[in-house]
Amino acid sequence: MSFLSATGMTGGYGGSDILHDCTITVEKGEIAVVVGPNGAGKSTAMKAVFGMLNLREGSVVLDGKDITNLAPQERVPEGMGFVPQNRNVFVSMTVEENLDMGAFIRKDDKIEETKQQIFDLFPILGEKRNQPAGELSGGQRQQVAVGRALMTQPKLLMLDEPTAGVSPIVMDELFDKIVEVARTGVAILMVEQNARQALEIADHGFVLVQGRNRFTDTGEALLANEEVRRSFLGG
Amino acid sequence: MEILNALALFTNFVVVPATAYGAQLALGALGVTLIFGILRFANFAHGELMSFGTMITILVTWFLQNMGVSIDPFPTALLALPIGVLAAISMALVMDRMVFRFYRKQRSNPIVFAIVSVGVMFLIAGIIRIVIGPADQSFADGERFIIGAIDSRRALGLDEGIAIKQSQLITVVVTAIVVAWLFWFLQKTRSGKAMRAYSDDEDLALLSGINPERVVMICWIIAAALAAIAGTLYGLDKTYKPFIFLQILLPIFAATILGGIGQPVGAILGAFIVAFSEVTVTYAFKKFLTYLGPTDWAPDGLVQLLSTDYKFAVSFIILVAVLLIRPTGIIRGKVI
Repeated sequence: MSFLSATGMTGGYGGSDILHDCTITVEKGEIAVVVGPNGAGKSTAMKAVFGMLNLREGSVVLDGKDITNLAPQERVPEGMGFVPQNRNVFVSMTVEENLDMGAFIRKDDKIEETKQQIFDLFPILGEKRNQPAGELSGGQRQQVAVGRALMTQPKLLMLDEPTAGVSPIVMDELFDKIVEVARTGVAILMVEQNARQALEIADHGFVLVQGRNRFTDTGEALLANEEVRRSFLGG
Repeated sequence: MEILNALALFTNFVVVPATAYGAQLALGALGVTLIFGILRFANFAHGELMSFGTMITILVTWFLQNMGVSIDPFPTALLALPIGVLAAISMALVMDRMVFRFYRKQRSNPIVFAIVSVGVMFLIAGIIRIVIGPADQSFADGERFIIGAIDSRRALGLDEGIAIKQSQLITVVVTAIVVAWLFWFLQKTRSGKAMRAYSDDEDLALLSGINPERVVMICWIIAAALAAIAGTLYGLDKTYKPFIFLQILLPIFAATILGGIGQPVGAILGAFIVAFSEVTVTYAFKKFLTYLGPTDWAPDGLVQLLSTDYKFAVSFIILVAVLLIRPTGIIRGKVI
């Protein structure tokens, strides 16, 4: 069984189902990317993994523990870190306070150590540690958001379109950082609009169409797949 | 000399009283702004919460006076104030548990909360009328003046003196301590940061593992404590009038909105602006101008812009002006 296995997820926000028997799995230290056309239910699938959606069927198992019935905030102590697409930093608080809030649930005394690791990973955050997060650029905000989620020392980090609205250069930089995070042994699940670039760094890719798994393979194989390229990657 | 006399006169009748009044409004406005920041509604019951805390302080003060306990030259009410604070906190927590929590579970609209708070306001007002009655109560004892008008006239060598009441000095000192503590709490402590984070973004705070019910509880505790202190200081400075606490909501709300809703620094700034405007506009400048001009230029009228009966109009005008010109307030706050 995979480190995270969300299997057979079926459900929606009430009313009709958005996800139909959707399965997503991630291994430790691997990057899994969910791609697909607009409205395919990519973000919904991730929200379902995080418990923000009522599942009619299916289960979510993290590290051997069934967490299907836990509320989102109860999944954070279980080792899930979630970076929402929008409004993912506390704009009125400084960069350092944002990181402190990420560590809110931690009771150990290694918090400063983790903070230092995050400053090493994202040097710009160290430079701007006393600046309100709301004054930072889009790319820097994303780094704060990822840093905040990493402060909980998650075993699984979930990123909802981390590169939305940032320039291509910043996007490449962010992807590099995400690879670095994965190398430390964190499982990463990511939803991406920039499918081609995302699949390039992905160990596994999940192509969703209308809430169903259409293709599931390694990132490389999906990029090489003629049909996937034609339909979803623009040739 | 004439200019100095004019300044002394102005200080005595405008600056000193407005500073004390501003400090009292600031404590009230801080409570309103905190509740808006965390619970996201305009709490109309805040005035009556002030009144309730003050009432308990008065009852305990009377009890202590009967027992012969005194901390002369300071007013006995200072000794009774902690009990008043505890009573106000209990009232706020009971009201939250019995009333507001229900609507929080329903995820009600802020306007529903505001209307509910009006109901709570009437309820607390009713309790107060039953317990202490509708009449004015005076409970200040101890030394009345720190610096008397005559002494200061002699010391300054002027025709006009600057009198400072003990209640005014206590108001300013207590407010300074409380505000300093509040900012330390919000900036430095874990709970304070959690409150700011929750006020900034509820959902993200939840994702960070912050317990919303705890944040709400701390918010009520602080707001109620501030309310009881503000009401007691106001009562010491003037007298305790149960009916004034409905009217005082207006300058407090004006101060909150002027400063930027949900912004503690703004609430303090707004409170002093409202207080100074109110006192300045209702002050009769006749004597002040007489000092400045030649003797025979003395104005015939009082040169009072607005009768004191209309002092609440000042808050109204400030409110309307802010909402028209800069609805976010001085420090950009939330817009209702």
